Amino acid sequence: MQALEARKPLPLPMMLVQCPAGFPSPADDYLDGVIDLNEKLIAHPAATFLMRVSGHSMTEAGIFDGALLVVDRALQARDGSIVVAVVEGSLTVKRLKIVKGQPWLVPASKDFQPIEITDEAFQIWGVVAHVIHSPR
Amino acid sequence: MGCSCARDTLATLAMFALIDCNNFYASAERVFRPDLAGVPIVVLSNNDGCIIARSNEAKALGFEMGDPYHLVKEKIAKNGVAVFSSNYTLYGDLSRRVVETIAPFAAESEVYSIDESFLRFSSELDWLKLGREIRATVRKHTGIPVSVGFGPSKVLAKAANRLAKKSPASDGVFVMPDGEAKHAILRSLATKDLWGIGSRLATRLEAIGVKSAFELMNLPEETARKVLTVVGARICKELQGYSCLDLEEIAPAKKEIVCSRSFGHAITDKNEMSEAVAEYVARAAEKLRRQNSVAENLRVFIETNPFKPEQRQYFGSAGVQLETASSFTPDLIQAAGSALKECWRDGFRFKKAGVMLFGIQPASAFQSSFATPEPEVIARRGRAMAALDKLNRFYGRGSVNLAAAGIARQWQMRRSLCSRRYTTRWEELPLVLAG
Repeated sequence: MQALEARKPLPLPMMLVQCPAGFPSPADDYLDGVIDLNEKLIAHPAATFLMRVSGHSMTEAGIFDGALLVVDRALQARDGSIVVAVVEGSLTVKRLKIVKGQPWLVPASKDFQPIEITDEAFQIWGVVAHVIHSPR
Repeated sequence: MGCSCARDTLATLAMFALIDCNNFYASAERVFRPDLAGVPIVVLSNNDGCIIARSNEAKALGFEMGDPYHLVKEKIAKNGVAVFSSNYTLYGDLSRRVVETIAPFAAESEVYSIDESFLRFSSELDWLKLGREIRATVRKHTGIPVSVGFGPSKVLAKAANRLAKKSPASDGVFVMPDGEAKHAILRSLATKDLWGIGSRLATRLEAIGVKSAFELMNLPEETARKVLTVVGARICKELQGYSCLDLEEIAPAKKEIVCSRSFGHAITDKNEMSEAVAEYVARAAEKLRRQNSVAENLRVFIETNPFKPEQRQYFGSAGVQLETASSFTPDLIQAAGSALKECWRDGFRFKKAGVMLFGIQPASAFQSSFATPEPEVIARRGRAMAALDKLNRFYGRGSVNLAAAGIARQWQMRRSLCSRRYTTRWEELPLVLAG
């Protein structure tokens, strides 16, 4: 049994030159450093939460049903940010747009409608920092 | 021999902040359930026995700590109260996040219980502004509402925190004033509401005519020591504004046991850390047994030295839920070992480590009527329990159980209303709608 240790760093050896499809330069005979995926994806560990996407309203933004979202509550949401927001008591993922000072939650699919936010108590739960999608 | 307040003279500024989470378990249940904002919530003890936490709305409806669930079931249904079985795994992880979020605000921080921490400052700051910033930051980053109280000693910070919570005008932050303003506050504070003074000591004090915190503050040291013991005398000094209490001298009123220490020299070797952690577990387990309790959850945390910003900083923490609540030191040490393995990182210089036992219940609730086994059995039991714990942690509680030993499921925890372990299990992540 391979124990999946989700919190261990994931080291990937880093090549010093780009090697699109062929071999690296033989002059590069040492590797420098390892890349920790956690370092790249999780800027604020205490404020970062993982969530799963259920639904198809964000496909045109590359967010598909079943994708993993890295949601960072420490980030400041801005016009154009993909956010997790609270709509009618549920957590929903949309793009935040500010139009003439008014917040809108905009889907990324022609099958869904934008939502204008008129509630004073509107809450952004967190900002989507990264989207992880497995093609297989 | 007076109270050892030579530790802190008035010449050195010391300001403490006590930060504690409002209705922590109930608030934790709201983080991933925004639909529960404003809805009354109660959280039940292990085995869904009785109420151990209430949101403000549930308090207003008259639900009390310790109300047996089966007796208030009807009232709960009638009032649309949301009920949860205690989800210590979730609470432990959210607690870690709160602790990590507040740590950068001060040079020194001390975890006191699952929902309370002290910060210590040595230079003058705009306390009200800082308190508001801490409150807003914790709320934003973790979703947990906290109250912040400031005072020149821990007892005064605790008293200030109480006011931060209870007085709506304070809006969650309160700074203990000096002089007459302070005296007015202490006059209106009953001794039993002070940190370290329970109803038993309050009765003793009332017998000698001391009813308020103000009167206690003015009690001559000799009298205080005679009536209250040496810790009580230190509480008086703390009321006067001198800091002379170690956290360990006063047990948390809530049901967690924390044992943590800073090291004399930095630890970089995992084996050395394992030994230190094992020692803290043993100490905490002793306290557990002394109060005739067992614990179901354990969390280990390790930290680098924030005073040395030129060194790489790391705050690591991992929690374990035991299959069976235990106060058996070998069991707890094994669990702590697994937790340490998860949060340990090579290449850091660790300055401090700690262990927290929570999910505490009375030992009598379990089949602790077995006679003490032989040493070989104890050793085997220890190894078996550890393997069991590790597998259950990975695959989920209850996946692996002791084979038909007849102890089977009679005493199995009833946990029917548990929320998901949103932050520690891949298969229990919160869902967000794209629809």
